[in-house]
Amino acid sequence: MAVVSGPPPYPDTRVAQPRPGQAVGFFTDSSICIGCKACEVACKEWNHVPTDGFNFLGSSYDNTGELGANTWRHVTFAERPAAPGGGDGQMRWLMNSDVCKHCASAACLEVCPTGALMRTEFATVVVQEDVCNGCGYCVPACPFGVIDRREEDGRAFKCTLCYDRLKGGMQPACAQACPTQSIQFGPIEELRTRARRRLEQLRQEGRKEARLYGVDGSDNEVGGLHAFFLLMDEPGVYRLPTRPATTTRDLPAMWKAAAAAAGALAAGVLLAFAGKGR
Amino acid sequence: MGSNMAECHPVGFQWVMEARLKGATVIHVDPRFTRTSANASFHVPIRAGSDIAFLGGIIHYICERDAIFRDYVVAYTNAATILQDDFKDTEDLDGLFSGWDPEKHSYDPGSWQYKDVEMHPSAGQREAPGPSAGADRFGGHGGLLAHGDPPHRDPTLQHPRCVYQILKRHYQRYTPELVEETCGVPRALFLKVAQALVDNSGPDRTSSFVYSVGWTQHTVGVQYIRTASIIQLLLGNIGRPGGGILALRGHASIQGSTDIPTLYDILPGYIPMPHAHEHPSLDEFVGRDAARTGGWGRMKPYLVSLLKAWWGEHARPDNDFAFSYLPRISGDHSAYQSALDMLDGKVKGYFLFGENPAVGSANSRLHRMALAGLDWLVVRDLVEIESAAFWYASPEIESGELSTTDIKTEVFLLPAAAHTEKDGSFTNTQRLLQWHHAAIEPRGDARSDLWFTYHLGRIIREKLKGSAEPRDRPVLELTWDYPLKGEHGEPSAEAVLKEVNGVDAQGKPVSGFLELKDDGSTACGCWIYSGSFRDGVNQTARRKPGREQTWVAPEWGWAWPANRRLLYNRASADPQGRPWSERKRYVFWDEEKRRWTGEDVPDFTPDKAPDYDPPEGATGDAALRGTSPFVMQADGQGWLVTPAGLKDGPLPTHYEPHESPVGNPLYGQQSNPTRQLYRRALNSYNENGAAERYPFVMTTYRLTEHHTAGGMSRFLPVLCELQPEMFCEVSPELARLRGLTNGGWATISSARAAIEARVLVTERVKPLTVRGRAIHQVGLPYHWGYRGISRGDAANDLFPLALDPNVHIQEVKAATCDIRPGRRRR
Repeated sequence: MAVVSGPPPYPDTRVAQPRPGQAVGFFTDSSICIGCKACEVACKEWNHVPTDGFNFLGSSYDNTGELGANTWRHVTFAERPAAPGGGDGQMRWLMNSDVCKHCASAACLEVCPTGALMRTEFATVVVQEDVCNGCGYCVPACPFGVIDRREEDGRAFKCTLCYDRLKGGMQPACAQACPTQSIQFGPIEELRTRARRRLEQLRQEGRKEARLYGVDGSDNEVGGLHAFFLLMDEPGVYRLPTRPATTTRDLPAMWKAAAAAAGALAAGVLLAFAGKGR
Repeated sequence: MGSNMAECHPVGFQWVMEARLKGATVIHVDPRFTRTSANASFHVPIRAGSDIAFLGGIIHYICERDAIFRDYVVAYTNAATILQDDFKDTEDLDGLFSGWDPEKHSYDPGSWQYKDVEMHPSAGQREAPGPSAGADRFGGHGGLLAHGDPPHRDPTLQHPRCVYQILKRHYQRYTPELVEETCGVPRALFLKVAQALVDNSGPDRTSSFVYSVGWTQHTVGVQYIRTASIIQLLLGNIGRPGGGILALRGHASIQGSTDIPTLYDILPGYIPMPHAHEHPSLDEFVGRDAARTGGWGRMKPYLVSLLKAWWGEHARPDNDFAFSYLPRISGDHSAYQSALDMLDGKVKGYFLFGENPAVGSANSRLHRMALAGLDWLVVRDLVEIESAAFWYASPEIESGELSTTDIKTEVFLLPAAAHTEKDGSFTNTQRLLQWHHAAIEPRGDARSDLWFTYHLGRIIREKLKGSAEPRDRPVLELTWDYPLKGEHGEPSAEAVLKEVNGVDAQGKPVSGFLELKDDGSTACGCWIYSGSFRDGVNQTARRKPGREQTWVAPEWGWAWPANRRLLYNRASADPQGRPWSERKRYVFWDEEKRRWTGEDVPDFTPDKAPDYDPPEGATGDAALRGTSPFVMQADGQGWLVTPAGLKDGPLPTHYEPHESPVGNPLYGQQSNPTRQLYRRALNSYNENGAAERYPFVMTTYRLTEHHTAGGMSRFLPVLCELQPEMFCEVSPELARLRGLTNGGWATISSARAAIEARVLVTERVKPLTVRGRAIHQVGLPYHWGYRGISRGDAANDLFPLALDPNVHIQEVKAATCDIRPGRRRR
């Protein structure tokens, strides 16, 4: 099939091109999300993610429900009463595009026995589809309920932060499609600065309800998120955990305790034998 | 207002969000709290169908406080012009203007005219005097302006019959109290909007209105927009950067489809379509319909060049440039009238190009029945849409009202290429043409509309070859010659653009419409697009990034006319030609160079000085003063009162929707007296504020996740899962009243039909208090139909054919219904 050539598209200059070795991620600014779901569509189209089923949920304008094996970007809709002390007493309709957080300390990756989950050269967390054996350990390990297994083949899937696009020098499909730049892609450090600046701006406008989520390690125990958010209400309103923690956080201590218990047990056994010998 | 921009135009809405980030106040006035409201500074809930009362209230507010931009209003609008002595207002006649003929159900607009002169509609009469027009004098002879000035003016705006005083009296009862009572908008909230508009207008600031079909789809749709025009003229917000009234279109290039029209009553570039009996010759047509003063004084060169573009060497001075070859109209041939004519067996064949009336047109049930009355139907679309499948899959087949074996319609479904598969241009709402190149070849038998139209014409011409019938000559003598490329013979879209741009006698592209001649030496397919192929270069394909040019970005695409980004921009300078303020500096007079200059292409004769005074007997543009920015009007002024051109009155007046649960609080006249109604069994009405059977207001709209009648979205899993089912939106109060449960089913019924939908109970819809009563509104997305992978009942089944008399647009933004729990009876 012949491809008709046109002039080259102009490069998108909103973000710097990703470089290997550089930690990149998303800053999702929910205060300018218009709930269009272009991110969900762009993600599915680029990554060939199958449909999650046609389910009218009666839950505001959300019909995909939650992140999962077949929904890698998910826009939450929350119909809320007026913000206390703001917004002219008018109701609010809060929208936010949720996504895998690509945690600095990623439990899914730590528990993966096959090495299918890996940390990339962009410091993102990716499942290698051809390595995953479908054991599903990663599913309960995720503190955000992001990763899930596909029913058809049992393997685990989640956002790759468009690893293939990053390698091609492009930004992820969702960020590219977002019409209002609510989803911003870039080097983590730059995004953190942007997020803090935006918070400052909103605070100056008197939007006291604005807050950052996961921009560093201060409100979580996953060492900071590589996909963080600016929210206009409590995290729970967006169905985000209030203080997420790496589920493998206590494993070393648990292993220590187990080792101590095993040692004590062994000592007891030895003592028992020793006693017998008398 | 009347627009859900964030949902229906999310890509364009990025600029609104950017403006908000820079501190702009964004106000959303809408019956529902939508994704637009969620991203606005604040939302104003309003009863569907009451916008003129709301906007009229703003006019009242402006006049009462004398908050008009006086220098602008006196110099640039017709505020000072004195009207005829026999004009009577709706205040005098309880909701009617003078000139009403109760027998013909139409107005004689004679008494709306300027004193001692007769004004013409700016671009001539669009349509023959039909049953509801009765405006024979529109196209008739009369005392045209001797030069651009009306004979009687009072610049102090004190004369009791001057336009400003008439306007003030017309809206004297549109008080905040009346707005509250009529629209259900609390007084304080209304006042907040009015004050915000006034505060943000003047020499230093401008405000704009954005509307979409929430304004047009009413029996008074044109007058909705007129009301906003009056506000914007009074506040000096037209022709200035950041001002204006922005019409958002329903889908890509709808603007283009009126510029180079798919409409029956205009030719390319808004030249009226000639009438069968009124326009026997070119000169009679031009003489009658071209205004002698103002920009339309040049209609003849535009029309002659169009005829040359279409009939080439066969358009000669001795045959009136083939003027007689142009098809003629004999009345209303709009889409709705055509559907009724199908029902009556008068229309035998029909082409549908990207249109799905079985879902998307008001009273879609009537349209399905109408399609069954055709002999043949050609549908060109991406998929098998409902209008192509009506003969075996419609609800009427299911119910037994129609049976496949009895339908004689032969349906030809032809696969169409998508925009990514063909070259061409989109014209957006700001008149910006942007070229798109084909990215891939269309698959299978899919072809472009250009390919289809060209080859259909070619084959017809081959079949007619050698015919001696005079009736075949217009077809045989057409210029029908375009370079073809590829194995399927795809005509060159650029060659079409070149023809549209126009060429001189040597075949060289003209650089603009001022080069067009009325002697047959130039050919031009659409005068307003002239310049889009200037210097032989496709100007619409320019994509110079914004950061590499001025903020007006004149090198991105091409805007008609003359690559002018802001119309009537002479008004961005004061009468002496100086910017109104540094902050709003745009186009101004350079005294040294004796020329207009600035950020944009001036919308004014480049060397016409601000103090230019037209000599007696001047015609065309030369008849307009150096202080007349509205160059397409015969008097060069912005019209607060329209002395001609509209069928339903010179001033917007609050009328209730054709179907409304309340009486008109202002006048004895309930609804627009000139609205177009069709009384027949398939189109029954619930009239005169009858609230017993159908007590609720229903309104239709779109969702971001779907596209219009669903042809481009209900066949795609990735979109369907986002909004998988037809639903209705109701308030918790209405849900309690009728026993509706969230996520359950409801049956919505009107005087026409009953449909079923899933229920979404939401605080975003609120009952409004109107004349002391709670008015409940039911929201209905209109995307669904009986084909595709997501199917559901069509909301348009519920709505009547009740039309705006000027443009024949259906009222689907406000009608009456009932809603009950449970699925519809089968």
